[in-house]
Amino acid sequence: MAGLNDLLGQGRRVERHAPWPRALVDAAMWERVAAEIAEGAWTLLGLWGDTGAVHMALLDEPAGAVGVITLDCPAGRFPSVARHHPPALRLERAAADLFGLQPDGLPDPRPWLDHGRWGVRHPLGDRAPASPDGQAYPFLASEGESLHQIPVGPVHAGIIEPGHFRFTANGETMVRLEERLGYVHKGIEGLMAGAGLDHAVRLAGRTSGDSSVAYALAAARAAEAALAIAPPPRAVWLRALMAELERLANHFGDVGAVCNDAAFALMHAHCGILRERVLRAADACFGHRLMRDRIVPGGVAADLDEAGTREIRALVAEARRHFPALVRLYDGTASLQDRTVGTGTLRPALARLYGAGGHVGRASGRAFDARRALAYPPYDALAFEVPVLQEGDVNARVWIRIREVEQSLSLVEQIVAGLPAGALRVAVTPADEPREGMAVVEAFRGDVLAWLRLAADGTVARCHLRDASWFQWPLLEAVIEGNIVADFPLCNKSFNCSYSGHDL
Amino acid sequence: MIADLLVQGIQMLLVLLLAPLLTGFVRKVKARLLRRRGPPVLQPYRDLLRLLRKEAVVADGASWLFRVAPYLIFAATWVAAALVPTFAPGLLFSWTADLIAIVALLGSARFMLALAGMDVGTSFGGIGSSREVMIAALAEPALLLIVFTLALLAGSTQLSTVAGFMASPEVGLRVSLGMALIALVMVAIAENGRVPVDNPATHLELTMVHEAMVLEYSGRHLAMIELAAALKLLLSVSLVGCVFVPWGLAAPGAGAAAYPQGIALYLAKLAAAGVLLALFETAIAKMRVFRVPDFLGAALMLALLGTLLLFVSRSL
Repeated sequence: MAGLNDLLGQGRRVERHAPWPRALVDAAMWERVAAEIAEGAWTLLGLWGDTGAVHMALLDEPAGAVGVITLDCPAGRFPSVARHHPPALRLERAAADLFGLQPDGLPDPRPWLDHGRWGVRHPLGDRAPASPDGQAYPFLASEGESLHQIPVGPVHAGIIEPGHFRFTANGETMVRLEERLGYVHKGIEGLMAGAGLDHAVRLAGRTSGDSSVAYALAAARAAEAALAIAPPPRAVWLRALMAELERLANHFGDVGAVCNDAAFALMHAHCGILRERVLRAADACFGHRLMRDRIVPGGVAADLDEAGTREIRALVAEARRHFPALVRLYDGTASLQDRTVGTGTLRPALARLYGAGGHVGRASGRAFDARRALAYPPYDALAFEVPVLQEGDVNARVWIRIREVEQSLSLVEQIVAGLPAGALRVAVTPADEPREGMAVVEAFRGDVLAWLRLAADGTVARCHLRDASWFQWPLLEAVIEGNIVADFPLCNKSFNCSYSGHDL
Repeated sequence: MIADLLVQGIQMLLVLLLAPLLTGFVRKVKARLLRRRGPPVLQPYRDLLRLLRKEAVVADGASWLFRVAPYLIFAATWVAAALVPTFAPGLLFSWTADLIAIVALLGSARFMLALAGMDVGTSFGGIGSSREVMIAALAEPALLLIVFTLALLAGSTQLSTVAGFMASPEVGLRVSLGMALIALVMVAIAENGRVPVDNPATHLELTMVHEAMVLEYSGRHLAMIELAAALKLLLSVSLVGCVFVPWGLAAPGAGAAAYPQGIALYLAKLAAAGVLLALFETAIAKMRVFRVPDFLGAALMLALLGTLLLFVSRSL
């Protein structure tokens, strides 16, 4: 089969799009590519609207190549990709809500992010006024004897983000789960349009609070790619250190939280202590527990001093001392294993089809990790393994996290040991012409894609951020089928998809 | 006669006053085991007071049943808890302290709660009631079989008699009693909605059993239900204590001086049970809903075997 470059060569190549190529294609080729994605030739990385155009990012997984194809749609219509390839469905519904771009043949024409409460329609498109009264949302029907519906959320009993889940169940056995998201739409992409680069990266860091570093990194890398700027080596390594600390904190938290949902609070308590240790170390080293706004275009805003290095080394030593005991506790508690093994199984075929990233994909045999597959610096110079399991159940997703904690601890050690000296930041100057850049970065829950177009004055004309959750939320609906109602929280927590990052 | 009535009154008040303390104590021990400081032991009293002062918000579709149920549940549970000898057997009303009566009182309270859960018509109430009844369908027969084992041995279902028999030397070491004890503990865990059957501390609507049924309750109604739940826990501990650890009960006619000693020993029993419960709950994860019948099935089989063994041989 021809490579991604050959495919893009059939379209009209767009200049000044870095680091991967972008090509303009016609509707016929757009449809052909959609069919090829459905056949598994490419993995869909993202699909987003733009003014009068729609972009689609593709990944050639074996080759580790990325490319973007663009279809101009002056009439505001484009052939639906979701008709061939279901994972594009919500992306297209979102593009229709935000830009008013109509996907022809879209199997599900209901709005997605737009709940009819914004006061406008198509906020990034024509901004037509609309009444903010909300609109009824018809949920998909499930018919059959003794089926009943359980509506849950968007306000939950625990302190979690808002999302609505509509279960159709027969007694305890789940027949269908339908999610409705969009409750935390903040209009980040709208706020970014016209914003200065520094401000845009700050906004990106607020897309999903638990992945603040990953988002800021993705946005900064995309901008640097567009402007052909290389941040200094020390900054590149410090960025990776922050990203690994963020991954550690979240994985510690998640391993405990999954166990807590099985009422095994002991793991939760001990993992919570480790998570807190990571956050405090981050605070001591970089001045912010979540390291928010520490990654800036052109470099980093905080340096690691001698005391910080000691703090990090102490953290790694402590985690290495305590975590193995917790892993043994997890693995040795039969009542806990009884809950996690075999629960919420995601078939590898589905994970592949959806291009599921992060622990969701890697627990179901999809060995994609942006740090390895796209080898962005400094990960090309660091040694680490990408754990992959085939089982796809809750237990496998916990184990992927456990293995990744071990890898991250080793990465942190390598980074601290090999941290180059030098400047922290280079000046970012506008290019006096429109530029486009993109980046894919591995956040703790999967790959984050950032694509942006800079105007000639260096402000952001359009920025799109795609969370890994876009391809994980639909899979949660799939794994829940045939499970029991009471096991949903466990499956949900093992996925731990982002609401905020998805609703944007 | 007046003195007898007084002692009976003390017993009734004692269980009512101690019930929230036991709940608070278990929470505290659990928190300490998780390296948390935990709320004060007296917190359940404050919670009850707070709930009593608050307005009771009742759902639109609620019938009279929804409003009456909390009081009936509380009354039935209180009476049941007060019937179990705590510090002294042979009290004034002890002739009513029949094990089958206690099972029936608890069953009635549960029946009311399940009805109230479904009354408002929310999906969570329905889920909770359905799960509760599934659990009850196995827990109640198991409890009755345990009662039969004890009754066959002691020759009576009356708790004072059973406790007296269990404290006497003629009881000996019996397999059937061991089985009955394990079964009783398992049933008590299920009845009280503790881990691994239910998680009293969960915030996950979809996994709740007891909490799902009472989600719509607030104010004084909720206070009644919470107090009833605390009483039920106290009752279960008292029952195990009175039947299987009957030592230290003030003997009938021993005089007023024996009572403080009985009460002190009773408190020690409660504390020991609280620590054991907290330890057990910390060491185990909650089971899948569909494993609960297996768990209670085991309790039922143990109780059944205990009963059957007594027919095979009087000495087992």
